[in-house]
Amino acid sequence: MINSPAELEQLRQEILSKRNSNKARISICAGAGCLATGAGKVIDAFNAEVEKAGLTADVNVKGTGCPGFCERGPIVVIDPAEICYLQVSPQDVPEIVSETIKKEKVVDRLVYSDPAKNEKAIREADIPFYKNQERNIIGNNIKIDPKVIDDYLALRGYSALVKALFQMTSEQVLEEVKKSGLRGRGGGGFPTGIKWEAARKAPGETKYVIVNADEGDPGAFMDRAVLEGNPHSILEGLIIGAYAIGSHEGYIYVRQEYPLALENVGVAIKQAREYGFLGRNILGSNFDFDIKVHRGAGAFVCGEETALLLSLEGKPGEPRARPPYPATSGLWGKPTNINNVETWANVPLIINNGADWYNQFGTARSKGTKIFSLVGKIKNTGLVEVPMGATLRDIIYKIGDGIPGGKKFKAVQTGGPAGGCIPEEHLDIAVDFDELTKAGAIMGSGGMIVLDEDTCMVDVARYFLNFLTQESCGKCSPCREGVKQMHRILTNITEGRGKEGDIELLEELAMSTGSASLCALGRTAPNPVLSTIRYFRHEYETHIKEKRCPSFTCQGLVSYYVDPAKCDACRICFRECSSHAIIGGKNLIHIIDQAKCNACGTCFEVCPARFGAVIRISGEPVPARIPDEMRIIVRQRRVKREKQDERSLHTD
Amino acid sequence: MSEVSIQIDGKVVAASEDMTILGAAERAGIPIPTVCHHEKLKPFGGCRLCTVEAEAAGRTNLVAACVYPVQADLVVRTRSERIDKIRKVLTEQLLAHAPESEILQTLAKEYHADKDRFEKEPSFCILCGLCVRYCAEVKQKNAVGFVDRGPSREISFIPEIAALECWDCKECFPLCPTSALQAAFVLMRSLAPAPSSIRASEKHAETTSVPGREQNNGSIAANDGNRTLLQANAER
Repeated sequence: MINSPAELEQLRQEILSKRNSNKARISICAGAGCLATGAGKVIDAFNAEVEKAGLTADVNVKGTGCPGFCERGPIVVIDPAEICYLQVSPQDVPEIVSETIKKEKVVDRLVYSDPAKNEKAIREADIPFYKNQERNIIGNNIKIDPKVIDDYLALRGYSALVKALFQMTSEQVLEEVKKSGLRGRGGGGFPTGIKWEAARKAPGETKYVIVNADEGDPGAFMDRAVLEGNPHSILEGLIIGAYAIGSHEGYIYVRQEYPLALENVGVAIKQAREYGFLGRNILGSNFDFDIKVHRGAGAFVCGEETALLLSLEGKPGEPRARPPYPATSGLWGKPTNINNVETWANVPLIINNGADWYNQFGTARSKGTKIFSLVGKIKNTGLVEVPMGATLRDIIYKIGDGIPGGKKFKAVQTGGPAGGCIPEEHLDIAVDFDELTKAGAIMGSGGMIVLDEDTCMVDVARYFLNFLTQESCGKCSPCREGVKQMHRILTNITEGRGKEGDIELLEELAMSTGSASLCALGRTAPNPVLSTIRYFRHEYETHIKEKRCPSFTCQGLVSYYVDPAKCDACRICFRECSSHAIIGGKNLIHIIDQAKCNACGTCFEVCPARFGAVIRISGEPVPARIPDEMRIIVRQRRVKREKQDERSLHTD
Repeated sequence: MSEVSIQIDGKVVAASEDMTILGAAERAGIPIPTVCHHEKLKPFGGCRLCTVEAEAAGRTNLVAACVYPVQADLVVRTRSERIDKIRKVLTEQLLAHAPESEILQTLAKEYHADKDRFEKEPSFCILCGLCVRYCAEVKQKNAVGFVDRGPSREISFIPEIAALECWDCKECFPLCPTSALQAAFVLMRSLAPAPSSIRASEKHAETTSVPGREQNNGSIAANDGNRTLLQANAER
């Protein structure tokens, strides 16, 4: 138990002195993404190999938080040389130990390289994916074993708490956060300091502070990475916030689907209590505060703050009307302040470095950095942290390295399921709360899904509306009924049953749902529809008027047939068709039975490029099938050629 | 509570600070439509038909009058092109579930709503929650509740409570804006075994612990019977 700032400083020095900075350290990302690609086995292999080499005393091996480059996991960083190895498998481990650890030589094949651009990078900081980021929040993840509080202390951890408790009044802490311009990272973008102030000023002895870790956007994992990778940064932010607001009890609402986050947060709270960062008389400051963890059951709408509060109280997680705002009447009717994980993680940085330092990042009205989860049709999938105001183009091309497979960019969907799609011509907008809203999308909590030319925008809208239909709580009718009706119309359009007036009806439904719904889920639910109509109206029109899907995505509007002149009866499509829709036979030109075909496109994908016999069409009729007697392919070369000539005569 | 002065449709209205816009409008005799509000119940904000424009500190928001508290100098507009459009669509969506509801038909006339605009889903229930909330807040029995979420949401009586409480009460029936039939059907559907057998098994349960599996089996069989009844009514 630490009883004063001096004791903490003494402990910190002890930790640092025990850590010889020249000692080799092997850090392996143990975030959810890397664990899924085998990081657990890599960690085991390193431990075994180091022991085998008799280096246990000289080398420190640890599983750490996620540094974000999920595309190339499992990631290994070797210090002090800062060598970064990508896509490491257990088989690579003996070589890394014998070469890099023992001889200080780099294993070339494991470092970052881009043959196309003739680029190579050994250090993490030189990899283009990282080089173009500003990693204030997730940068430390790779240096920390989230289950070891000493790792956090070694990186100045809890020094912001000491500064807040011993050098600042609670008013000063509040003022600093207000001055920093920090805005809520959960999606609302409400100024954090003003929210804190409302809870601070609200009458009442008992007040609560809450971490909203109910991250539910499909494809988003920013909060997860911070919770799993650096849980003490969130605890520290929360304790500082509690001090500023005058709260002595906090909750972390984590969704049950994040088992590792729950585990690491649980360990972190236990350690923080043992060290005296939580509990009575924190570090001898007379300030009391403790935290409980609540597991959410996975309803998307519980990320909405009033629904979260009711869920925390044990009631059905349904939003209620605001006002009263949680700041005056929140958990059990007491003044409550709720902030998102990433918002809390920003607080220690602001207190340690000051609002002026924080203000250097960002735009006029959106300060600091923001973590995005960059996913979809992008070469570098992962978590990226950039200053507010970075352009979408920089994020997608400089950090994400563009679209794989030589495909063309079509749109980027930002802000989670209720976000919007932004097309090529707006890629140069600065990413901040206001600019994204102007473009018809939202910041949301930081989801960023890249879509390429093969994506159908009507289908994208249908997909997100399907999600929102399922996740609407059903309390208020504009959301329950409106989202369902929009989803129904979109489904009709993508299945070829679209009709004149559908776009106008969608717009009308979007208006009523967007303006009359109770909570933000309903109020933002029309975004996927409206933004795709705004930028890709022609795609809606071709679906409705021509019954054609330009990107060949909507199965109900796409047909496949075999071009008799090109089919070689190789039988690959016949074998692969899961619907048994291909009429095959040895040396017989194959035919797709349109009645059985579900347009999954497998035949199109598997037909060898040298034949290219499967043809994909949309919005036009399938050519009549050839008569059976013309299906025979005679294999002798000359005869075949003659046959082909004959066939082409017939088809002409 | 202190009195404040607000403006509704150009008319200056006095209201006490604990009032909602709907309450202040009612006091001034200005009608605002609603199907989920009831004077004995806490404001719910579910149907959103009471959506109005509220202007405060230079900002205009669309808010639900039944839950939005009044504040000094609030300017409220209960009708506008936008509000009428919203109410029209909301009425049309609810009519798809309860085309025969009198209150919805009246609203349809007022807002030119087309009852056939959306595909019919005659569930009769528009999920206003009056029965659920009345049972919880006034009767404090919780015999009827919401189950599931989103478009799958429905009301359901809890057989164990309903069998004991509902036969002599049924006060929720006349509250139902789509006719009492909905509540009656759902109640019947949930009351699987005859009430006497539940009472008997309750007594039995006192000696043996929880009610047994037989009851559930019975309830499924009875469900089927009532579903046919529901369908028959839908066809009618």
